Amino acid sequence: MNQAIRNSWIVAVALFALLFGAVSYVQFFAVDSLNTNPQNNRQLLANFCSNRGPILVDGKAIAESVASGTDCKFQRSYNEPELYAGLTGFFSKFSGQYGLEAAMRDELTGNTDAALFDRISQVFTGAQQQGRSVELTIDSTIQKMAYDMIPDNVGGSIVVMNPKTGAIIAMVSKPSYDTNLFATHDAAAFNASMKELVDRDEISLAGSSAYTGLYAPGSVFKIIDTAAALESGKYNKDSILPNPAELTFSGMSYALPNYANGQCYTKDKATFAFALENSCNTPFASIALDLGQDAMTAEAEKFGFNDTSLKFPDRVATSRFPGSEGTLDDAALAQSAIGQRDVLATPLQIAMMTAAIANGGQQMAPNLVQTIRTPDLKTVSSLTPEVLRQSTSPEVAAQITDWMVSVVDNGIASAAAVPGVKVAGKTGTAELGLDESGVMLNNAWFTGFAPADDPQVVVSIVMPKVDVATGAQLTSPNASNLIKAVLNK
Amino acid sequence: MSQLLTVAKPRRNTELLLIIVALGMSAMANALVNLNLGRNFDNDFYTQIAILGGLALVFHIVLRLKAKYADPVILPLVIALNGVGLAVIHRLDITSGDSAATRQWMWTSLAVVAAITVIWFLRDHRILRRYTYISLLISVVLLILPLVPGLSAGSVNGATVWISIGPFTFQPGEIAKITLAVFFAGYLSSNRDLILLAGKKIGPLQLPRTRDLAPMIVAWLASVGVLVFQRDLGSSILFFGLFMVMIYVATSRVSWILIGVGLIVVGGTAAYQIFPHVARRIDVWVNAFDPEYIGAAFGSFQVVEGLFGLANGGLFGTGLGQGTSDKLPVANSDMIIAVIGEELGLIGLFAILCLYALLVARGFRAALGTRDAFGKLLAVGLSFAVALQCFIIIGGVTRLIPLTGLTTPFLAAGGSSLLANWIIVALILKISDAARRPIDVSTADNSKPTNDQPLKEVPSP
Repeated sequence: MNQAIRNSWIVAVALFALLFGAVSYVQFFAVDSLNTNPQNNRQLLANFCSNRGPILVDGKAIAESVASGTDCKFQRSYNEPELYAGLTGFFSKFSGQYGLEAAMRDELTGNTDAALFDRISQVFTGAQQQGRSVELTIDSTIQKMAYDMIPDNVGGSIVVMNPKTGAIIAMVSKPSYDTNLFATHDAAAFNASMKELVDRDEISLAGSSAYTGLYAPGSVFKIIDTAAALESGKYNKDSILPNPAELTFSGMSYALPNYANGQCYTKDKATFAFALENSCNTPFASIALDLGQDAMTAEAEKFGFNDTSLKFPDRVATSRFPGSEGTLDDAALAQSAIGQRDVLATPLQIAMMTAAIANGGQQMAPNLVQTIRTPDLKTVSSLTPEVLRQSTSPEVAAQITDWMVSVVDNGIASAAAVPGVKVAGKTGTAELGLDESGVMLNNAWFTGFAPADDPQVVVSIVMPKVDVATGAQLTSPNASNLIKAVLNK
Repeated sequence: MSQLLTVAKPRRNTELLLIIVALGMSAMANALVNLNLGRNFDNDFYTQIAILGGLALVFHIVLRLKAKYADPVILPLVIALNGVGLAVIHRLDITSGDSAATRQWMWTSLAVVAAITVIWFLRDHRILRRYTYISLLISVVLLILPLVPGLSAGSVNGATVWISIGPFTFQPGEIAKITLAVFFAGYLSSNRDLILLAGKKIGPLQLPRTRDLAPMIVAWLASVGVLVFQRDLGSSILFFGLFMVMIYVATSRVSWILIGVGLIVVGGTAAYQIFPHVARRIDVWVNAFDPEYIGAAFGSFQVVEGLFGLANGGLFGTGLGQGTSDKLPVANSDMIIAVIGEELGLIGLFAILCLYALLVARGFRAALGTRDAFGKLLAVGLSFAVALQCFIIIGGVTRLIPLTGLTTPFLAAGGSSLLANWIIVALILKISDAARRPIDVSTADNSKPTNDQPLKEVPSP
């Protein structure tokens, strides 16, 4: 009998061993996966009421946690919320976090692996966990200036960046919204604001349209066509390109017309300089047909199209060049070459493409975060410029720069000129179709950089759904002013 | 067995010292609750320490008088568990506005008094053997009570296990645990030789005669009946486990275990097929993290939130009163382990598990030491029941097994459970007293030749 009792005891011990195992698993090994489980709102609630680090621009907090005097100890508060909504996003108890609040959550809450030591010492000192501060690369003056350039009734975006470091100097888009309405602790108020916001589908909660909005790039894409042509070896700076009034395709009634608003119609053969200055369509469509789909796709991807993993640090929407997904017929390839059809780009992508030309063919990784500091102002990390990819050779970049300078000096981007500074630029007018009153609506683009011989600043502007005249007015002249402002700093 | 007969010492002073440690632990838990939740050390705090201390002291003195050789570790273990439970229930009251702690204090007092009564009046545990069949009858009545119209408190959380008398509700199944153990112990100790030797042998299996087996089948049916009619999966498994371990200890036959496992497999499969609530438990367990199951009625919300709470506590815990699990349904009973785990951390839960493991170990020690088969069987049965109950509920909370409603012994809020477990402790203490007491040939029961004296260790056939 005693042997059986001992055996039963072994079973009881085994049961307890299983319990020790189960408890260890739940409270030690599975802690991370349980804490990050999407069904678990404990961390969010704890974070929500905790003292999160501020987001700073020029040393001034644009997002900060202020004592609330309630059980939920801290309230997230945004300064100049509309100006920065697209960058900061917001931090909500009810719907989670967006924008930098999401992308930098570990730093802002102090939950990074690097902060592990701080957290261990907090266990013993009982100190309240405090997040780190995140200082942005944004220049508040330029940001404000760019924001004011976009009329309230036009949903546009402007990106200003440093081509040599990838640092974003300004990034704005309209329409914007008041992030404070969503940081509220009051569920009813939150729901009301959210309902209002959801009705306005031109506003993206996922972040500024400057990096989440996708627009047909139109003629600014010709920069990539030109790079592809020069790299192929089939063309050089003196090449003469065909410039017919329209391009027809065998077996199709569709014909691709030349650009109507410049001097294209005056010549049936064109140099690169002429074709770029007047933004003629048929020469570039011909180049694409000559080089073929694969070469065009490869070139677009070298400039950052179809990159699904870009973060700056929030995730950037993927700009698309359709060639990688199947065979394009000639008409589709020709239209893609002039940035129409299924080609879509974020304003940030266009700025990066331009920055690659400005920076001798080297594309720098874009970044919004300048420095991360601990609460006692120790710098944890600061921006180190990183090469994202080699988009083209320095020679090709220099050649394209020359032509882009002449687009401003002699071509249709003359309004972007800045006295005493060599500005390189390219405009784009992607046709979207007629509105109800029969006016052609376009995405009006300008992208360029200055000074051409030592580029300090890239400016990319898109004003979607505007007529040609409004588009011209809102792009090149604004670019000129922004370049002036940055260079005078 | 000779190695167990060490020089007998009462060790009551050791017990007193350990009781002081246990009381200190309980008082500190209560103090932490008050500190962390911004309560003052009001009169209640001191009254409560005084009550628990008084109860422990009276129990201790009764042991000195009536069960001098009882195991000195058991009472302190139980006081520590009960004290921590009271502190945690008090903590949950503060954030929920309930008054469960007051009821728990009342029940604790009542349960301790009941346990003291058992120690005082039950001169020898073997007396219980006389009530073998009465115990069976009482068990059956207790198990049927919740189904009697007028007494039944209806279905609570899907199980019909409560009765209500006036303002009180009571779970008779908790007491049935004890009476069933007494019945099994009495029946098996009287009939083990018959069960072992009579009957046909088929292959390696020695089958008992049908009439020897009949009462066992009745008991087994009782546990199945609990599952079918009261929808109480936890108690059903508990009764079945109790039945299995006692029959194994009585017969030392592994073949019985195999038959039992076979029955579990057959019964489990049948239950899964036939009873939607059993199948539902399994589904909920497997798909616990599926949002659909979390949101559903009788879904996994409870267990998943408990797990999130435990993870939130991590290694060191959030500190008493600082956790997030207080909003859980039945936080102070079924889910109290989740609350303790979150607020005292993995370390705290390990400590609690160690207390239980030690308690069970002392129960088995008493079983090994006592000289009569009835005492051995009863001590093993009751101790194993405590172990199994811990396993079922703590395993359920940690999602080791599907969660079924059972109370965590001594910790959880609930009068019937406290009462039953304190009586179990009294019985184990009594048996341990018999085990450690120097052999006294003048003891009346010992002088009678009974077949509960182990004849000799029969070599296994």
